[in-house]
Amino acid sequence: MSAVLSAPASACPACVAAPAAEALAARGQEAGLVLSLPTAHCAACIVDVERTLAEVPGVHSARVNLTLRRVSVAADPSVRPAELIERLAGIGYPAHELDPGLLSTTETDRISRELLMRLGVAGFAMMNIMLLSVAVWSGAEDATRDLFHWISAMIALPTLAFAGQPFFTSAWSSIRAGRLGMDVPISLGLILASSISLYETMMHGHHAYFDAAVSLCFFLLAGRYLDYRSRAAARSAAEELAALEVPRAIRVTPGGEETVPVAALAAGDLILVRPGGRMPADGVIVEGMSEIDRSLLTGETVPVAGAPGTAVSAGEVNLTGPLTVRVTAAGRDSSLHRMADLVAAAESARTRYTSLADRVARLYSPVVHLLALASFAGWMWASGGDLRLAVNIAAAVLIITCPCALALAVPAVVTSASGRLFRMGLLVKDGTALERLAEVDTVVFDKTGTLTAGMPEPVGLDDMPRADLGLVLALASASAHPLAAALARALRDRGLRPAAVEAIREVPGHGIEARAGGRTLRLGRAEWVGAAPADRLATHFAVEGRPALTFLFADRLRPGAAELVAALRRDGRRVILMSGDGAAAVAALAGALGIAEWKAGMLPGDKAREVQALTGAGHRVLMVGDGLNDTAALRAAHVSISPGSALDAARVASDIVLLGTDLGPVADALRIAGQARTRIKENFALSLGYNLLAVPIAILGLATPLIAALAMSSSSIIVSLNALRLR
Amino acid sequence: MDSLVILIPVSLILGLTGLGFFVWTLRNRQYDDPKGDAERILSTEWDERPKR
Repeated sequence: MSAVLSAPASACPACVAAPAAEALAARGQEAGLVLSLPTAHCAACIVDVERTLAEVPGVHSARVNLTLRRVSVAADPSVRPAELIERLAGIGYPAHELDPGLLSTTETDRISRELLMRLGVAGFAMMNIMLLSVAVWSGAEDATRDLFHWISAMIALPTLAFAGQPFFTSAWSSIRAGRLGMDVPISLGLILASSISLYETMMHGHHAYFDAAVSLCFFLLAGRYLDYRSRAAARSAAEELAALEVPRAIRVTPGGEETVPVAALAAGDLILVRPGGRMPADGVIVEGMSEIDRSLLTGETVPVAGAPGTAVSAGEVNLTGPLTVRVTAAGRDSSLHRMADLVAAAESARTRYTSLADRVARLYSPVVHLLALASFAGWMWASGGDLRLAVNIAAAVLIITCPCALALAVPAVVTSASGRLFRMGLLVKDGTALERLAEVDTVVFDKTGTLTAGMPEPVGLDDMPRADLGLVLALASASAHPLAAALARALRDRGLRPAAVEAIREVPGHGIEARAGGRTLRLGRAEWVGAAPADRLATHFAVEGRPALTFLFADRLRPGAAELVAALRRDGRRVILMSGDGAAAVAALAGALGIAEWKAGMLPGDKAREVQALTGAGHRVLMVGDGLNDTAALRAAHVSISPGSALDAARVASDIVLLGTDLGPVADALRIAGQARTRIKENFALSLGYNLLAVPIAILGLATPLIAALAMSSSSIIVSLNALRLR
Repeated sequence: MDSLVILIPVSLILGLTGLGFFVWTLRNRQYDDPKGDAERILSTEWDERPKR
């Protein structure tokens, strides 16, 4: 009867869950729209958002996922995401459209659900077998013991066949590749333990290890699941960052304007780039006047003028006026892609890092197999050829040494450390990033956008005539140009009010013009205003017939930058500043932060070469950068961090993404990484100590199923608790 | 010892029932948004007419 009951339990989840998952995935695709909701956090938020979206005509359903801070909307194709975002903004929830194509949630869901199913099956089977085992341990004999062993076998064998699959497949593939991974001794232990126990049961033996085999499987699956979840959480958040920039371009055709995916652009197309927009491809300006921000590509902070005939590269930002650009190179040929090729080259040059766990496993697996083989041979000799006894003891050795705690030791610490860092605003994208971070002795910073906020602020405003500042504010308020906006903000902070002006208009590529008291006022570029050009980032203001005023700008330090550099120097780490910007600006910043080593005017290739040279000299380099010009260096470094404001190529290239604007968490990340490495090593030491105690008992043939079960559970629980100590 | 005839099937059936419920919760996507589900019970939105 029990055979009839337990067989469907193990066969059913595998065959029933798969089609169900497919059906759910199909429903997910129909939803079509996915919006990110960074501020949603409570029951009221869920209700507000779902109700508001459901009221929009054409929306069939909306479901908030608070864990991922996303809402999926099923709607008619006619519903535009912008409309939904506007509605949500109206009730106080900022939302961003995500590119559903980049969010591979269904695949992640499927794998994690599958692991959870195996974990659940192993857990329930373990509990039931334990119930029966307790009876055997407390003295059930003869026919009763045999009956209990038979029932355990009927639960354990199908359970292991189903729940142990991840280990069996991975062990098989590593054997075929000629390696001995951690999964080989695990699989061997599971298979040997269950077949020995089945044989013992048939022969009315005293010891059966069904409980040990199933609980081993359960603990190992728990480690596997933790590992998978922490990586999936980081991956989904990273995907979200990438999916924020839905790559589209506005193509101008004889029939009018149309929005197309960037991938559809070809050389010769005419595209329209609005102010604030990023160039989707390389090209030449054919119409319009504007200023172009190249800082993400080159690190220069001063925008350059753009006029018909100026060449532009993909990734540059158009600041002031609308531009029509004729595409010269798109897709694979564009400078963005050439930069990506540079990254790929650095990638292949990067020495592959072997994680601590892999290094231990490489030592561990052969030792375990040799021990089991040696105890088998030893007992064959000692007992005068008692095969049954020798195999029994070899199986006990394999079960006891099975790296249960070892397989939990790393995932438990990494999950706990990544969770802590995530709450501090750091996203760990790579599993081994923490271990690598703990080894860092040299930190290389980019300047613009990394140590500085990338947002210039006016300096020396207090020396200006106050009467003119009101006029300046009136003009600056009328423009979306970053310099004008920064000037307006700074003036308003000083309690100034805009003076009355008339006929205000923006002259794209030049500045803002207005009239007051019969005179023309101009705020903008030096030549246009009639001022002497400054060698730094500046804007100029003049009232007709009077000498011009020059407002100089300085890039503000990112919050936490000074503290971070001080903390790094205090810990004895070497700090280097590398920038594509001019020597004067770089030297000023290096001086302000107390960085002794700096290099200016660096090309993207230079940065990567410099980082590789440092690595070659035996240093472990942490690269912190945000620009396209940093991507190759980010890849070449031992470990890398980029701010969330970075271009997605840089975020993809780095191991850790900083979600907030404050640089302070980087120092915490280094500290926690060091702690995590200590914990991992402690956990290895604990597992090793446990093995040193338990293995002799097993080799001497004194291990009973009770001892195996106790030793295994207690060591697993101890390493998990040790991981939680991370603070 | 006679009690075993009843108790063993009972323990197996209880275990299988538990597993059955676990499979049901999993297929019902109850582990996809643990944080959201914890908050949703506080909402009074569907108290009068439960959503089907």
